[in-house]
Amino acid sequence: MSLSSLMNQFINDFSFLILAAIGLAVIFGMMKIINLAHGEFIMLGAYITTLSAQAGVPLIISIVFGAIGVGIMGYLIDRLIICRLYGRTLDSVVVTWGISMVIQQGMLIIFGPSLQGVSTPLGSVSFAGSTYSVYRILLFAISIGALFLLYLIFMKTKFGLYSRATMQNQEIARSMGVNTNRIYSMTFSIGAAFAGLTGGLYAPTMAISPTFGTGFLMQSFVTVIVGGANPLIGTSLSGGVLGIVNSILDTTWGTFFGEIGLLICAILVIRLLPLGFSGVVEKWFVRKRRM
Amino acid sequence: MILNTEGVFSGYGKVEVVKDFNIQINEGEIVSIIGRNGVGKSTFIKTLMGLLKTNKGSITFKNQNITNVKAFDRARGGIGYVPQGHGVFPTLTVEENLLMGKLINLQKENLKLELVYNYFPKLKERRKQKAGTLSGGEQAALAIGRALVGNPDLLILDEPSEGIQPSIVNQISKIVNQINHETGLTVLFVEQNMALIQQLSQRCYAMDKGMIKGEINQEALQDYDVLKSYLTV
Repeated sequence: MSLSSLMNQFINDFSFLILAAIGLAVIFGMMKIINLAHGEFIMLGAYITTLSAQAGVPLIISIVFGAIGVGIMGYLIDRLIICRLYGRTLDSVVVTWGISMVIQQGMLIIFGPSLQGVSTPLGSVSFAGSTYSVYRILLFAISIGALFLLYLIFMKTKFGLYSRATMQNQEIARSMGVNTNRIYSMTFSIGAAFAGLTGGLYAPTMAISPTFGTGFLMQSFVTVIVGGANPLIGTSLSGGVLGIVNSILDTTWGTFFGEIGLLICAILVIRLLPLGFSGVVEKWFVRKRRM
Repeated sequence: MILNTEGVFSGYGKVEVVKDFNIQINEGEIVSIIGRNGVGKSTFIKTLMGLLKTNKGSITFKNQNITNVKAFDRARGGIGYVPQGHGVFPTLTVEENLLMGKLINLQKENLKLELVYNYFPKLKERRKQKAGTLSGGEQAALAIGRALVGNPDLLILDEPSEGIQPSIVNQISKIVNQINHETGLTVLFVEQNMALIQQLSQRCYAMDKGMIKGEINQEALQDYDVLKSYLTV
């Protein structure tokens, strides 16, 4: 196991974990909705991107279409279905599972078992004896950019302020003039758009089929569980830690052991840090402020 | 008249808590609603704010019928609300909590952040601190400041003295009185604390079993025994 191959693996794993989890983390962290249709949102992003690219739209714009398209669909799903589940975390599991089946089977009926993909762009570069895919490096940069975008949306905008207040106490937020239903719908839509972005970004690297999102589901849930409720602190920390664990195990013993390592991490965190990494960080900040 | 309720009934599900509630408040007045625990004071305030449905009757604010208006639109229309237990957003900073009041009274655009900092200088010192780490008195000040930031036409306070020490209660009473004198802000508050009721109220409605049992003027309010008769179990 050389350092450069480990680095290569870490870049892949970190970006995959962050991008797989970010949409789920927004929806769960802000709304306490467990979205089992997250994988299907990713799959839809991949389909929109692939179909747009095949129609002649440049790949980068196709990826943006994927994010926007799934964002709009997320808004509609929230208004039609999810809005009845606010504050009903366990019910949301069953309903979003149903939504996932409808979307997956719907895509199977419309587009068949597979779709011709688009090739991975940008080629590769050699560095320190290892060959890196430029697109994978770009995915790493985009995953950090996505975290920064999340930070800007939720920490630096009026929408973010109203959203954080609504998630803490929606009754008080309403009595301060916030249209909380719109905030919930927008938040769900943003989470869905991030999932669509992930699907679009990974569309050129994987086979496109109605089960495309299944490959993201375990990693995204483990990242959110380990990270805790705060989508920003939790996702970035757990992406980093799990990325290291996964890349070491992956490089040493292969993908299977990498996945086992992620699941063991999730079990340990549930047992030892039930609020996840972000819970520990937030508690530390509160204690520091009081001192 | 800024606020008028006629025959308001409300409650939780099929249980009616507020029954045939009629109050009238004129502009610039400070009016209290007093009563024992569980008589429905907070339920009535939540009904006024639109957080609970009005089952029967009507609520008129600034000559407009707001009975079926949503809670967020009532706030935007000019009602500032200080909830029971203060209701600050614990993980938002003090300044972020205050900015949450910006949507109150959208007709008046000026944000009264500096004015609030003048009334409550402690909030300025702690503006970057998370609200959940403030003391009870500071949280009460923050909740009042947050409601005042948007420059409301009517300020509603739900038991502002709850859980805070008497010296802070006195301070809050002085500041609310001062704001009322300086800006003519109308104030409606529900309370059980006799000292605060006497210090702040210009007029008072006594409530029992969800209904108005009587109206007490400022002179009668100073009579300890009269007040006590409405507040003891």
